[in-house]
Amino acid sequence: MLNRLLVLIIFAFWAMPAWAQEAAEETAKDVRWFNPDRLPNVIGVLLIGFFVFWYIIHAQSGKKLFIRRIAGLNAIDEAVGRATEMGKSVMYITGLADVDDIQTLASLSILGHVAKKTAEYESNLLVPCCRSVVMTTAQEVCKEAYLRAGRPENFKRENVRYLTDDQFGFVAGVDGIMVREKPAANFYMGTFYAESLILAETGNATGAIQIAGTASSSQLPFFVAACDYTLIGEELYAASAYLSGEPKQVGSLKGQDVGKALILAAIIISTIIITFFPQTHEFIKNTIFKS
Amino acid sequence: MKREIPLFVCVVSALAMIIAYYSPKLDWMDDMLQKWFLIIAVFAFILGAISIILVNGNRISKQVPGWGYNVVLLIGLFVTLGLGIFGGIDPKTPFFYIFTYIFTPLSATMFSLLAFFIASAAFRAFKAKTWEATLLLIAAFIVMLGRVPLGELMWSWLPVLKHYSLNNLVENWIMGCFNTAGQRAILLGASVGLISISLKILLGIERPYMGGE
Repeated sequence: MLNRLLVLIIFAFWAMPAWAQEAAEETAKDVRWFNPDRLPNVIGVLLIGFFVFWYIIHAQSGKKLFIRRIAGLNAIDEAVGRATEMGKSVMYITGLADVDDIQTLASLSILGHVAKKTAEYESNLLVPCCRSVVMTTAQEVCKEAYLRAGRPENFKRENVRYLTDDQFGFVAGVDGIMVREKPAANFYMGTFYAESLILAETGNATGAIQIAGTASSSQLPFFVAACDYTLIGEELYAASAYLSGEPKQVGSLKGQDVGKALILAAIIISTIIITFFPQTHEFIKNTIFKS
Repeated sequence: MKREIPLFVCVVSALAMIIAYYSPKLDWMDDMLQKWFLIIAVFAFILGAISIILVNGNRISKQVPGWGYNVVLLIGLFVTLGLGIFGGIDPKTPFFYIFTYIFTPLSATMFSLLAFFIASAAFRAFKAKTWEATLLLIAAFIVMLGRVPLGELMWSWLPVLKHYSLNNLVENWIMGCFNTAGQRAILLGASVGLISISLKILLGIERPYMGGE
């Protein structure tokens, strides 16, 4: 298997120059090595990246870092426990986006934790997927989690199933599973669109405890209204660090906080400049941010 | 090797995407990797179809309650697939009729349920149990009034408030100040979180694509 993979990778890199040339001829009208319009962006990313990296190294030295309590993440164990006591399933939905979406990747990290808990409590885990690539990844995540919990024999591959790529077809399928099997705990983590409220309200009607998490700001009010707990924006990305408690992961959270403090300081300073020193504001706009 | 190779592929792909974003000369790498992802997705799509057939076939063979629905699903899958492959998808083909007159109305039906779910969720969310919930209720009531012509009419009957524009209050003050400020705060926090998690994936600290290990 590994040998085949290696051959594939070598072939890919061998074919890359020809492919690259073809693609370059099609698209490379702009011959600049760096797009100066994206300079503020690269500075911001490097600055926040530096703080994240710095705190990861700092956390590895063994110093204990404080993380605030996130109610939605503490409730995960409670929700799985409740489902086990009731003898019902746990349902986990990874959202509508594909595996190239960062929210889906964050969701898969949380799925690993939920799957480990369901394996330990010996309860049934259902993972209907909207994308086939997500399904294959979710199957691996769950299999690994059951293995880590020491119960690989309890993993049912068919429980991590693909429904459809279509938005409302997927909703109909998930709602059908909710109404028929009545899971006691529903998790909605990842990217959601108009279907968020249909899913959450159906889950609410079946009496399930519901925990949602998304960075899609337009869907957050729906989840807040219909779910018991909601992870808002960055909390979804922080979940894996919070749940694992690994020093490296926790350090990254601290770096994130410094990044937010920087943004806050920039907003306050900019507000003061625009309000009290309009000429300085014009000067900065026309020199530094001129594009 | 089982862990190193996926990690190597991930790091190289991520770096290529980052470089392509900042360098117009090298943005062909972005297009190329997107094409590679599509090719992989096609193979995974076959796995998805196999999953549907296995899960539903298993339920039919065990005759679990409601197995008739699984039969309908499999018939729908094979009939649509067959008609699409052998008859084409152009207008006036059987596949086109299935898409236009069965699939589209069914999707619209699911979408239309949203109106009723919004009403039931709003009913629960706007219960004035605490003073925060009462504020939410008042704000929501004003915004709802501001969105319908009847609201403007009712506003014009109010003695003092009629001199002020309801639309201005809703659009510029409630939606423009409070709502936008809240949304941007969430967006900024999420963006910083996104940079952090991307960096962790790039450094191999977080590996959800490898079974969470």
